[in-house]
Amino acid sequence: MTKNKDIAKTMQTTLTKGKWKNTFLNNFELYLFLLPAVIVLFCFNYIPMYGIQMAFRNFKPAQGMIGSEWVGLANFSRFFHSYQFETILKNTLILSIYEIIVSFPIPIILALLLNQLKYCRFKKVYQVVTYLPHFISTVVLVGIMKIMLSPSIGILGAIAGAFDIQAPNLLAETSAFRSIYVWSGVWQNAGWDSIIYIAALAGIDPSLYEAASVDGATKWQKILHIDIPCIAPTCIIMLILRIGGIMNIGFEKVYLLQNSLNTSVSEIIATYTYRMGILKLQYSLSSTVGLFNTVVNVILLVAANRIAKKLSNESLW
Amino acid sequence: MKTKIVTSAKRDKLFDVVVLAFCIITFIIIVYPVYFILIASFSKASDVARGNVWIFPTSICLDGYREVFKSGEIWVGYRNTILYTIVGTILFLVINMPAAYALSRKDLKGKKIILFYFMFTMFFNGGMIPTYFTIKSFGLYNTFWVMVLPFSVNVYNIIVMKSFFDNSIPSSLYDAARIDGCSTTRYFISIVIPLSKAIIAVMTLWTAVSMWNSYFNALLYIKDDGLKPLQLILRNILVKNESMNFTGGTSQVAVRQLAEVMKYSVIVVSTVPIMCIYPFVQKYFNQGVMIGSVKE
Repeated sequence: MTKNKDIAKTMQTTLTKGKWKNTFLNNFELYLFLLPAVIVLFCFNYIPMYGIQMAFRNFKPAQGMIGSEWVGLANFSRFFHSYQFETILKNTLILSIYEIIVSFPIPIILALLLNQLKYCRFKKVYQVVTYLPHFISTVVLVGIMKIMLSPSIGILGAIAGAFDIQAPNLLAETSAFRSIYVWSGVWQNAGWDSIIYIAALAGIDPSLYEAASVDGATKWQKILHIDIPCIAPTCIIMLILRIGGIMNIGFEKVYLLQNSLNTSVSEIIATYTYRMGILKLQYSLSSTVGLFNTVVNVILLVAANRIAKKLSNESLW
Repeated sequence: MKTKIVTSAKRDKLFDVVVLAFCIITFIIIVYPVYFILIASFSKASDVARGNVWIFPTSICLDGYREVFKSGEIWVGYRNTILYTIVGTILFLVINMPAAYALSRKDLKGKKIILFYFMFTMFFNGGMIPTYFTIKSFGLYNTFWVMVLPFSVNVYNIIVMKSFFDNSIPSSLYDAARIDGCSTTRYFISIVIPLSKAIIAVMTLWTAVSMWNSYFNALLYIKDDGLKPLQLILRNILVKNESMNFTGGTSQVAVRQLAEVMKYSVIVVSTVPIMCIYPFVQKYFNQGVMIGSVKE
């Protein structure tokens, strides 16, 4: 009897021991799975955060981080009082808001209309073709624009030539810069960005449309009362993400489109950071601008998320 | 009742026409610039300059391509970009896939903290200059690895992959494998990966396209001509308008025209390869998009 008990006991201990060992082993393996990504993030995302203190120091590479003089908020006040501060903040906000106003609704409209197309082959071709510009690099896109908008060789020049008028050089025109930036983005990404809405539309319950047809609804009414409400949650999530990125407007295209004639509208926070930090070696000032940008972004994202949560119960977290 | 149906059908017809017209117009707007570049690249330089090339190439002429392929600079850039794209994409998959899988496991201890560790970097970062100095201090400045290693973790993509694993791979499968004595690594390699072809395809496409097209990191961190990716060289040709050395033309005008046609050719040569991977991935795409739209 006691022997049996003993056996049972040893069995149990080996079992629990094995189980414990197993969970540890499993978790150990999982931690190993995570390790490379954790290390890369640590090295290239967390270590630079230590460097943020450059914004509060008069950083000189020769003196090192700790050796450089601590100046508190002097860099910030220098940035806020510099004559460029207002211009670049205004340029960044206007460009970014213009972009959201135009390029947020267009993919949705595109998806809604594409959803109405019955001609299957055209629809497929249309979808593939609208995705293609997404694969074009920013450099090539700007190159194409330079060709197309050139007054001497481009389409614009040809059209103006047909009417016997002198074509304007849009790329040198300050008033055209923002529109060129935004609409070339629409040309490139509207099709691609509509994918997510097309997927959302495909998930709508067909019985809703049948019920609407029985009630005599037109297609337009179906879009208004079925499609739009059904994809609204997706739209809101996408909008929050866009608003969170307002200050993160892409450096790449702006920098490529920039020339000496349009800097008054094309100098934005990202290009200013680059110019100050990398080209003019004003490390501290440049980090200050970068930190300012990041903080505003975080605030915007949190605010957008909170508002969306209140209005519609949709949120990122 | 009857009249109502008739009128709504009539309105629908009008609506269809409007939709179709809109789609055709946008189709032309999207296609034409691409099409124009393509036909111009095959045309005679003088014809393009005179504006004779509109709908069809006037004559097939490969001068532009000849100049492109003669340029050593472009070849070096091409080789570098291909290397960066291949190594970078493989590195991305090797680092991010296991991490995403680990994060999708319910029995991972400390998951919340780890997830926060990852997500935090999406919203807050050191900024351009501190990152620049960090990379310099690691000795990566102006090396091959700076183009592939520092930015190889993409938290957004990890989250997309995690939700794929959460939703598409039943956890009962793991329980069954574990009873049979299968380790996590073995399970991941021989069960999870084969079941995740769709997400791997989509991630490969996203990463490869962004690697192929990026120029900003190279602008910051690459000084050597021998390490420059194609996009930086394209920038010199297309945006900064630096003309190359020509052997082709004889007169000034001919040289300038040839330089223009070469631009069209270089656009085609640099863009077609990356567009070519799309058809291979397309069949996975609908599934992939659905994953992307899954919240969280």
